[in-house]
This record gives sequence, structure tokens and C-alpha cells, in this order.
Amino acid sequence: MTSLPSLRAEKTPSRSAKDLVFRIFMFAGIGIALGSLATLLANVIIEGAPRLNLDLVTSMPSARPRRAGIQSAIFGSLWVVLTTAAISLPTGIGAAIYLEEFARRDRWYNRLIELNVQNLAAVPSVVFGILGLAFIKRGPLGLGSTVITASLVLSMLVLPTVVIVSREAIRAVPDSFRQGSLALGATKWETVRHQVLPNAFPGILTGTILSVSRALGESAPLLMLGALTFITFNPTGLDSQYTVLPIQIFSYISSAKQEFRPLAAASIVVLLAVLLALNAVAIFLRNKYQKRW
Amino acid sequence: MARHLMSPRRVAVVAVAVLALASCGGGSSTSSDLTGNILIDGSSTVAPLMTLLAEDFQEDNSGVRVTVGTSGTGGGFEKFCAGETDIANASREIKESEIETCKANGIEFLEVIIANDALSVVVNNDNTWAKCLTVDQLKKMWGPDAEGKVSNWNQVDASFPDQSLNLFGAGTDSGTFDYFTKEINGEEGSSRTDYNPSEDDNVTVKGVEGDKGALGYFGFSYLEENITKVKALEVDGGKGCVAPSLENVQNGTYTPLSRPLYAYVSLKGAQREEVKAFFEFVGENLDSLTEEALFIPLNDDQKAIENKNLEAIAGA
Repeated sequence: MTSLPSLRAEKTPSRSAKDLVFRIFMFAGIGIALGSLATLLANVIIEGAPRLNLDLVTSMPSARPRRAGIQSAIFGSLWVVLTTAAISLPTGIGAAIYLEEFARRDRWYNRLIELNVQNLAAVPSVVFGILGLAFIKRGPLGLGSTVITASLVLSMLVLPTVVIVSREAIRAVPDSFRQGSLALGATKWETVRHQVLPNAFPGILTGTILSVSRALGESAPLLMLGALTFITFNPTGLDSQYTVLPIQIFSYISSAKQEFRPLAAASIVVLLAVLLALNAVAIFLRNKYQKRW
Repeated sequence: MARHLMSPRRVAVVAVAVLALASCGGGSSTSSDLTGNILIDGSSTVAPLMTLLAEDFQEDNSGVRVTVGTSGTGGGFEKFCAGETDIANASREIKESEIETCKANGIEFLEVIIANDALSVVVNNDNTWAKCLTVDQLKKMWGPDAEGKVSNWNQVDASFPDQSLNLFGAGTDSGTFDYFTKEINGEEGSSRTDYNPSEDDNVTVKGVEGDKGALGYFGFSYLEENITKVKALEVDGGKGCVAPSLENVQNGTYTPLSRPLYAYVSLKGAQREEVKAFFEFVGENLDSLTEEALFIPLNDDQKAIENKNLEAIAGA
């Protein structure tokens, strides 16, 4: 292509100055964000360093700081988060497919669903905890203080986000794919199954794993449900009692014994590591399945 | 390649070895064959002591699973009276309303006194003027009437300097808040609301440590762990100034802010072998573990009460 120098506006000094100011603002923004994150991380790692060893993850919680660990909390967190994923991903992605591909916008109930999904995404997590306490832990379902109760409540919490990010990914698949498939005689479902989903998969996966990993850091709704703070065995099933990392960390931090502080800091590092590992899986899967068109 | 390293036979050998080690290292020799679950929930103040008891009990009885939750005294009773837990930890006595709830759900219970705590009133290390406060002075600071009005030390006592007064205290869900407001302000739950509340007493320690005009209160264990960071005040409950200490709590002179801590056990729970064994263990080990948990052991009169409580459980 030939360039069109006559159409390019001249860079006047005042516009260059605005450009510079804008850049400074951008760098300051990212600098503040990264700077505070780095300070927090450094703080936690330095304080937790003495306790960052294998004993931390192999020992059970204890009232004696020297032998205390977080094994049951790690397993509890993994049980709860993986069960949450198993519940929320199929339902959330299914809902997203329906809303994007099948639902007719002109029906009032579809608009109602859409409105609700968006509103639910902004509801504070503790509200879900209260709901879970009344209807899942006690009340109609009466499942008690178990892994499945926690997972159901956290599923409700992440479901709206899962639906929203999945819809975004599905919407990003070019319409020409659908039209081509339909033109060749495929049914609606065949089009979704063979064209839309495979192409939307990387985006769905990234978004959903990021939203489910949010469940890993949640403590407010689980405190409502009465997660335990001292438990010396790992969950063995969905009906097991449990504790999770954020709650164990809070319990250690608020202890009168100051020796618990490094332990809490080290536990925070472990929690961050588990979170990073989950996100790394998301990035790996996205890169593996990503297609360009 | 790596597969033959872990052939079934090897796995079996390793498993046997691990089991053998586990049975050797499994604490003292009295390992019992009791099984079951003991569910404990309630006061976060009492939790460190209960956790120690639970931990050591499990070492002797590896078949019994003891769990401790920290829903707060009120939250603990709510679960206890709904029949969800066996034992409720409490940093105050059970209320009438809670007894009613228990009754309505058919939950009968026994009370066990397990330790003492001294609510300690603390100020900044640079606070040179305050050494002892009367209950009336504390009420002047904390009472609901003080809200928005009392914000300077010289309003509390004319001899105190012109220094802004910043208050740190327990969150409204805790038994500590209930107890402090009842003893100081005369009515449970009545307190000014414009102070810095926290469920984590370490936050109160930090707040008082960093502010010359600060005053806060928390359990004795937090004072013992932070004795260099903050200064404890003596409290005058009408019979002179008394400092919070093990002796003054045991001899009953640190009033009104010393309080007994309790465990409530459901009658149904107390009839189970593992729960009986647990309280037998409590009776034998309470003294040493109370001090390890930074609480104040029972005095002789209280011990007599405790023994009666424990006998009732043994006979339940």
C-alpha cells in the first residue's frame, strides 16, 4: 500500500505534550498497582520464609505453632474448589450456550434470565453465604457443614461470572462459521457442537478457570456456613467436614501467640502458589487450543 | 520404566512399614480403640485451649476425630441448641434466651467451668498519665452516652492531659464485647459505636501500639504475648486498683473484668463413650494445658465446681 502523507495530521507540540501526559498517567497507574503488589508479596515472603518448608504442607493444624501445618486446609481447599468447578462449569457453560445460541431475545423470560445473571454477578459473597446457611446447610437440603455445602454455595457465587465469560467467548466466534455450517445442512446442535464450541473453547476455559479460582480465595461465605478452624484430617468425600486455606490463615493470624504469624505468612504464600498454579493451567490450555482466524 | 519401582508388593511393604511407624509414633502408650466424632464450636477466645485439649486427646485416641470451630460464643450456642454440635465453647454463661432455644429443640446440657480469663485494659507505652482507671471512668469512655462527645483524655478525668482519646475494642459478635459492656456499661451490648472494633485482637494491639492516646481491651493471652508493646492498666472496681495478673484473678480481686470460661456439653453427647473419655482427659490435663494456652487456671473453689461438673458427665 502506498502511504498517504498528505492525510496525516502534523504533530503539533501541544498534542505531543498531551501524549506524554497520557503516558505518564498510564505508567503511574501500572506502577502503583505493581508496586503495592510487590510490596505485599515481599512482605509476606520475608515474614513467612522461616516456615516455608515441606513440614508446612505435610503437618496438620495444631495449637502449637512449632508443629502446626496446613495440610488439611490445602486438601479442603482443593476438594471444595474442584467440586465447585465440577458443578459450576457444566451448568454455567450450558447456560451460556443456551443464552447465546438458542434463546430468543424477544421472549420475556430470556430477558429476565439475562438481567438476573448480570445482577447476581455483583451480589456480595456473604449474601450467598447467608442463603447457603438457610437453604443448603440447614433447611430444605440440610446438608450440614460439609464439602458439598461449601461447593454449592461457591458455585452459586461463581456461576454468573462463568456464564458471562463463556458468553463472551461464544460471541467471539465469527458468525460466518455458523452460517457456513448451517448452509451445509448441519442442525443447530451440530453447528454448536462442531463449530462454535471448539472455537470458543480456549476463551471459555480461560475465563471460567479464572472465575473458579476466585472461589479459592473466598472466606466470607464459608465463615457464614461455619467452616472449622481446627481439623486434623483431610476430607474423604463430599460429605466430609472441611476447612479451607483462607480460614486457616485467618485463624493463625488472629491467634494470641505471635509465633503463628510467620506460619500465617507462609500459608499465604502457599495459597498464592496454588492460585498461580490454577491460572497457569488456564493459560497452558488456552495456548494449546488457541486457533487464529 | 518407573512402574516396576512401585509394584504392588512394594507398595504393600511400604504401607506396612508406614503403619508400623505410625503405630509406634502414635503418642503415649494408652492408645485406645475408641472411635467417633466430637464436634466443638463456639468462642474464639476459648478455642486455643480447646484445640490444645483436642489435639492431645486425639494423639491418645487416634480413632476419635475432634474438630473445633470458632463461630463466636453466640454462634456456637446457636449451633449447639440446634443439635449440630456436641460441645459449645463460651466466654460467658449461657443466656436465658439460649436456654429457651435449647429447650425448644429438646437439647439438655451440662456446664463445665474450664479456665479464667482477665479482660485487660491497655494503653500506649508513651501514656504516662494513666495508671489506674475506675469502672466509672471506663464507663465514661465506653458508655453509649459518650458517643460523639468523649474524645479527649481530659474529659475522662481533669488530671489527664489534653490528648485525643482513640478507642479500640472487640467486635459486636464476640463474647468479649458482651462481657465488657455488661460489666462496664451495666447492660450487655450497650456501647458507643464510634470506636475501632475488630474480631482480631492483634489489630487492637497494633492500634494501641501506634497511637499515644489509644485505649483498648482484650483477653489476657494477648496481653501476655504483647507485654512489651502495650501497657496494661490497673482497674478499680470499688476496692482499690488491681492489675490483671494470674494471682489477682485466682484470688478474686481483679473485678469486675475477670471472667470464667465455659464448655457446655449436650446430655446426648455426654452419654457417648468418646465424649466421656474426652472430659476425663480434660480433668487430667487441664492445669498444664491452661497455662500453655495462656489462660489463668481455676482456683481451688472453681476446681471443686469443675470436679462436680466432670462427675456429672461421667455419670451421664
